Amino acid sequence: MAEIAAPVHNWDKDPILEVQHLFMRFGGLIAVNDLSFKVGRGDITALIGPNGAGKTTVFNCITGFYKPSEGRLVLGHGRAPTEEELATVTLNGERALVGSNSGVYLLERMPDYKVSGEAKVARTFQNIRLFTGMTVLENLMVAQHNVLMSASGYSLKGLFGLPSWNSAQKQATERAKYWLDKVGLTERADDPAGDLPYGAQRRLEIARAMCSGPILLCLDEPAAGLNPRESLELNELLRAVRAEHGTSILLIEHDMSVVMEISDHVVVLDYGTKISDGTPEAVKHDPRVIAAYLGVDEDAVEDVEAVLDEATGTQS
Amino acid sequence: MAVDTAHSAGAVAGSGSSILPGALKDAFLTGLIALGLLGPLVGFETVVIDGALGLAYRPLVVAIMVGIIFAGRLILNLTVWSPNRPPKAQAGPGPIARGVVAISPAFKPALFAFAIGFPLLAAAMTGGLSESRYLIDLGILILTYVMLGWGLNIVVGLAGLLDLGYVAFYAVGAYTYALLATSEPVNAFFASFLGETFWANWAFWFCLPAAGMFAGLWGMILGFPVLRLRGDYLAIVTLAFGEIIRLVLINWVDFTGGGAGIASIPRATFFGIPFTAGEDGFAALFGLEFNPMHRIVFLYFVILALALITAFTTVRLRRLPVGRAWEALREDEIACRSLGLNTTNVKLSAFATGAMFGGFAGCFFAVRAGFVSPESFTFDISAMILAIVVLGGMGSQIGVAVAAAVMMGGMEMLRNLGFLKQVFGDSFDPSLYRMLLFGFAMVAIMIWKPRGLVSSRDPTIYLKEKKAVSGSLVKEGHG
Repeated sequence: MAEIAAPVHNWDKDPILEVQHLFMRFGGLIAVNDLSFKVGRGDITALIGPNGAGKTTVFNCITGFYKPSEGRLVLGHGRAPTEEELATVTLNGERALVGSNSGVYLLERMPDYKVSGEAKVARTFQNIRLFTGMTVLENLMVAQHNVLMSASGYSLKGLFGLPSWNSAQKQATERAKYWLDKVGLTERADDPAGDLPYGAQRRLEIARAMCSGPILLCLDEPAAGLNPRESLELNELLRAVRAEHGTSILLIEHDMSVVMEISDHVVVLDYGTKISDGTPEAVKHDPRVIAAYLGVDEDAVEDVEAVLDEATGTQS
Repeated sequence: MAVDTAHSAGAVAGSGSSILPGALKDAFLTGLIALGLLGPLVGFETVVIDGALGLAYRPLVVAIMVGIIFAGRLILNLTVWSPNRPPKAQAGPGPIARGVVAISPAFKPALFAFAIGFPLLAAAMTGGLSESRYLIDLGILILTYVMLGWGLNIVVGLAGLLDLGYVAFYAVGAYTYALLATSEPVNAFFASFLGETFWANWAFWFCLPAAGMFAGLWGMILGFPVLRLRGDYLAIVTLAFGEIIRLVLINWVDFTGGGAGIASIPRATFFGIPFTAGEDGFAALFGLEFNPMHRIVFLYFVILALALITAFTTVRLRRLPVGRAWEALREDEIACRSLGLNTTNVKLSAFATGAMFGGFAGCFFAVRAGFVSPESFTFDISAMILAIVVLGGMGSQIGVAVAAAVMMGGMEMLRNLGFLKQVFGDSFDPSLYRMLLFGFAMVAIMIWKPRGLVSSRDPTIYLKEKKAVSGSLVKEGHG
């Protein structure tokens, strides 16, 4: 039945990130429990779930801020890695296997700054983390640190102001200007980031993440605190990011107008386990999701569970 | 008398008579409290009468003091604390801040020109080169601290890592020069093919880079164990590191000479030409009359050059990715890591760069004094340098320079409080009050300018217009 009905999804065909059997335990608390899902290349994937479901923990595992207790996080540059490549890199204990136009990165083995610097996974934070005392432009320059650092000859070329450094700096400024224009902050380029209104700070954080040249952009509640108009603008921005730069996007979001509007793929988490995974349409009508979000009467729990079992039974 | 003052104050303030009764009542109460306190404390004095202890009474002194307190309180009540006083508009920077902004473009060149011309000025003011020794020595001292302040500014002001053990790098630099310059094997090695006096004449110029490098290396060595520490913990460990270096210097007698220190370190030379009265001395070669002040003036220019190199390098580094990374680290370490910055390297580079300049300054200290001992590298020095950085405004070059001049110059000026003897009588020793006044001054500055003399931050790059970032947005860093 599955062969006839189920269309082959992009995230199965060409995943950029594969989360496999991810566990995260804090002492006795299991924050993430055997979570597996795939993020399609070029997709906008939403990770949703009620408060405390473990979404941000998953993000922190992916971006290297937490070391997962168990599990494998496979990021494929260029194309999805083959079984052999994956087996090789897993067994030889390396962090990554980089070919000429493809690469496999095991994110769980990488420290946080390498996840961003080498594996090219950028992230934003739930509570915005800008360099508030630096100007908007400076924020975007810091994001291009690694490129600029080698261009400045680890400061030696830069100290003497060699032309190669100057041109690299100019190029970085152009890139920053491009993103400033994209998020509509060109006018405020020379203002301190801490002076911007909330919505602009959110956009700046996305621009900053994009300046680091990511292939996967992880956004932790990008629409939190935005008004409906700003949410719409955010949708446009994220679509543009994907369309013009081919950057895949993984986002945590509570704002369903954003999630249902722009995402190609929705993964639903509750108490650290995946309860649903599919297109927005499919997830919206999943009884498990409805139960998790809206809750059910205590008397009805068993009935619902029976229905759910039946539902999942027919699906698989 | 007091009442007269009160009336005139009321008239001057022109704030109406409605508040006068309340103000008088308050001042009277204050006077009463003062009387109660000062009566026993000041009113009685123990005196020795014919070998026995007796009491003398000083009602007049008490009356004057209480009168001053009463009048002072009344004046304050009628003017500064008056309820009729219009509330102060808190828009924009205060007059001092505006003044600083207004003069700042001309201020830097003026300060620079003053620093260059200072020895000449000092000689002209005191009427001769030899007489100006005190002033030029003071200039050298101030510039040493300016340089140390600028060095520590990289670690504390830019990278936001609180370092209480900066004196350790100063000591490493000083001992590097002292040990290498007095080393027999090194001397013998150079003597074998470059002449007997080569090492004595050139030691400083060879050891200066070495001292910086060693100190930078020690900065890294300190940096590693404290990478994971933040805030108070970082401060404590760096404090301990400073003490460890000093204790090692005291106790490793074979190597460092222990508490006795290392004496007769070769003096500075004019790029190989010694400042001596002899045939091949500086004075003879340049056709001048020999004067020991030549060396002092030369030292002044050496430290000025070193300080300017420090400033220039720091200004350039700030505009490079490494400098921006330091400031980003101070603002938000987690965001740094999310952008692919290796915060370990960022921290170590800040420690090493700051320590390197400390090492240069230490090397200079050794060559100036000709003698080093662990006593020169106590925690006081670290605290003083940190105070300069905090007072100057963390991250600000010009602020730190002014703070160093004010702190070191002010400390010296406070030695010359002789005029206070005329006020308080001959038995009064003004130098004892030096630290007290100094403390008051620091408290006052921290009340009015809590972020230091220069609290705004200069952006390192701009598209259209350079706008200073207000100090309230700039974070202090958490280590």
